Amino acid sequence: MISIQNISKSFNKDSVTALRNINIEVERGELFGLIGPDGAGKTTLFRILATLLLADEGRAEIGGRDVVRDYKAIRRTIGYMPGRFALYQDLSIWENLQFYASVFGTTVAENYERIKPIYSQIEPFKDRRAGQLSGGMKQKLALSCALVHKPDILLLDEPTTGVDPVSRKEFWDILQLLRGQGLTIIVSTPYMDEARLCDRIALLQKGQILEQNTPDGIVSGHSEPLFSVRGPNMFALLQAVRLWPGTYSCFAFGDSHHAYLRPGAKPADLKDFLHQKGFENVAVEAIQPDIEDIFMHLLPA
Amino acid sequence: MLSALIRKEFSQILRNVNIIRMMLMAPLIQLIIIPLAADFEVKNINLAVLDRDHSTYSHKITNKMVASGYFKLVDMPHDEAAAQRAMDEGRADLALEIPAHFERDLVREDEATVKIRTDAVNGVKAGLGMNYGGQIISAVNNEIRQDFVQMPRFNPLPMIDINTRFWYNPDFNYRHYMAPGILALLLTMVGSMMCALNIVREREIGTMEQMNVTPVKSWQFLLAKLIPFWVIGLVSLTIGLLACFLIFGIVSAGSYLTIYLFAMVYLVAALGIGQLIASFTDTQQQATLFSFFFMMMFVLLSGLYTPIESMPPWAQWLAWANPVTHFVDVMRSVVLKGSTFMDLLPRFWSICGFAVLFNVIAVFSYRKRMG
Repeated sequence: MISIQNISKSFNKDSVTALRNINIEVERGELFGLIGPDGAGKTTLFRILATLLLADEGRAEIGGRDVVRDYKAIRRTIGYMPGRFALYQDLSIWENLQFYASVFGTTVAENYERIKPIYSQIEPFKDRRAGQLSGGMKQKLALSCALVHKPDILLLDEPTTGVDPVSRKEFWDILQLLRGQGLTIIVSTPYMDEARLCDRIALLQKGQILEQNTPDGIVSGHSEPLFSVRGPNMFALLQAVRLWPGTYSCFAFGDSHHAYLRPGAKPADLKDFLHQKGFENVAVEAIQPDIEDIFMHLLPA
Repeated sequence: MLSALIRKEFSQILRNVNIIRMMLMAPLIQLIIIPLAADFEVKNINLAVLDRDHSTYSHKITNKMVASGYFKLVDMPHDEAAAQRAMDEGRADLALEIPAHFERDLVREDEATVKIRTDAVNGVKAGLGMNYGGQIISAVNNEIRQDFVQMPRFNPLPMIDINTRFWYNPDFNYRHYMAPGILALLLTMVGSMMCALNIVREREIGTMEQMNVTPVKSWQFLLAKLIPFWVIGLVSLTIGLLACFLIFGIVSAGSYLTIYLFAMVYLVAALGIGQLIASFTDTQQQATLFSFFFMMMFVLLSGLYTPIESMPPWAQWLAWANPVTHFVDVMRSVVLKGSTFMDLLPRFWSICGFAVLFNVIAVFSYRKRMG
């Protein structure tokens, strides 16, 4: 459905590389996640797909149409939600929706069924100005507006950034529902926990794809043992673990530190090392890595 | 699709209290304040007279100067240093020095000099003061000559009597001259500045990006931006013309239809400038600075405040390449002179030319896709 081949893009006369040789294939009806921190190149990739930006190299197709040549046709088949809230703040919910429907030559009534699951949640406030909505409601409105012309493909650039956890959960429930209706969705997020909710993901860092697979595939593809380290004085502990020669990498992870060890290094030796350094009651346990661990592990040290 | 776009623009504009306020208040405030304040006719020129003669004639000159209404006698210094001090301290704008034996020399030698010095820091005041002063002294001179020539000779001294009339503005009322020009300025502001800010705002808050992935074509987007401001411009003009009548009693000598006909085309040109500014700027701040610069250039080179004829040739050339010049001229010609549409046909074509030129460039420079 979406085919991205060898896309590269740089800015400021090639001094900043935003994307380097990106290859992604997204199947029809798939929920595909672009996972990566700020500045990874997610927005640039979305803009190229949304026909707003021309790539320096490579080509991309959406539904068999070239994003450069057939941009007019593509604009009718995609629903794009930019990373920044981009609706008219001084128009009401209803006016925004109606406006985007008429811009695509259709009406809200005609496509009510498609937007109903989302729009019904904000419909009680339909006369409220978009600028006065909460973050979660804004995102629901933006999604409604992106869906009002019945697109086949949704491009959602960080739709849950700056949204509270409950609204984030609701938003992902809606995405699952839309996927069930046959839409192809590409969504980007900096939140690793949301990666689990996608069919397939690509880990993006500094314009390059580190890995591309199903979430389970990515986790099972990395069998390096991972250990959680927990003890008093967490910050000094982090420094100490990193000092140990057998540590490959260690990073703070909520209330514990996650450490990858070099081949042959034993966790018991780490515990001894930490004891020598004066850390008492340190717990070192083997744990199952999650996508965030793998992402951190894949980052160039 | 276009109607949806236009409807959206209107509902946004009508909700923006500041735009409405600008639309109503700007013409009124500008019309009330500027013509009253920016008056080229200089009154109350502070005069210091150093009279070393104290004769009938020297008193006559002083009295005439004060009686003219242009001068206010502020000082009668006793020596040159005091006169200089009065000027240095800014108390006097003009110092008139009548030398000793002025009357005697005039009677005996048929020739005497007076000295006028002016403070040229304020160039307009200095020039006009010099001018008025010179006129008054030569009037006194004539009177004195007539006193001398008691008996009519066979051939009386030939004299050219200058009889001035101010055509098209019989009272030489500065307000009648300024007000139509200010209306022209107003339309330029509504068209270029407000329109530019509105377009750039969409880019700044990101709605442009959302707009660009829709099938809306760039000419549709721009046209929908243009029409509401075109209407606002005409509303502002109407308010301005009403204010002109109510405040200054100015009734156009020419047809109001001509004014509106020109305004309709001129607004398109002004809106084109606004769109151009918008296509070269990314934020409202940049657009404000840009349009401020353009407005300054346009206004100062439009002949609104200073006559174009007195500019150097290259500046005159620039002035005629400035759409504001043409419209200011049209407004003045119609309101004061009663020029008809046919009289102003060349102006009409030039304004049409500007309108087409700016808008064509604007449409071409607005791109939906970035490089």
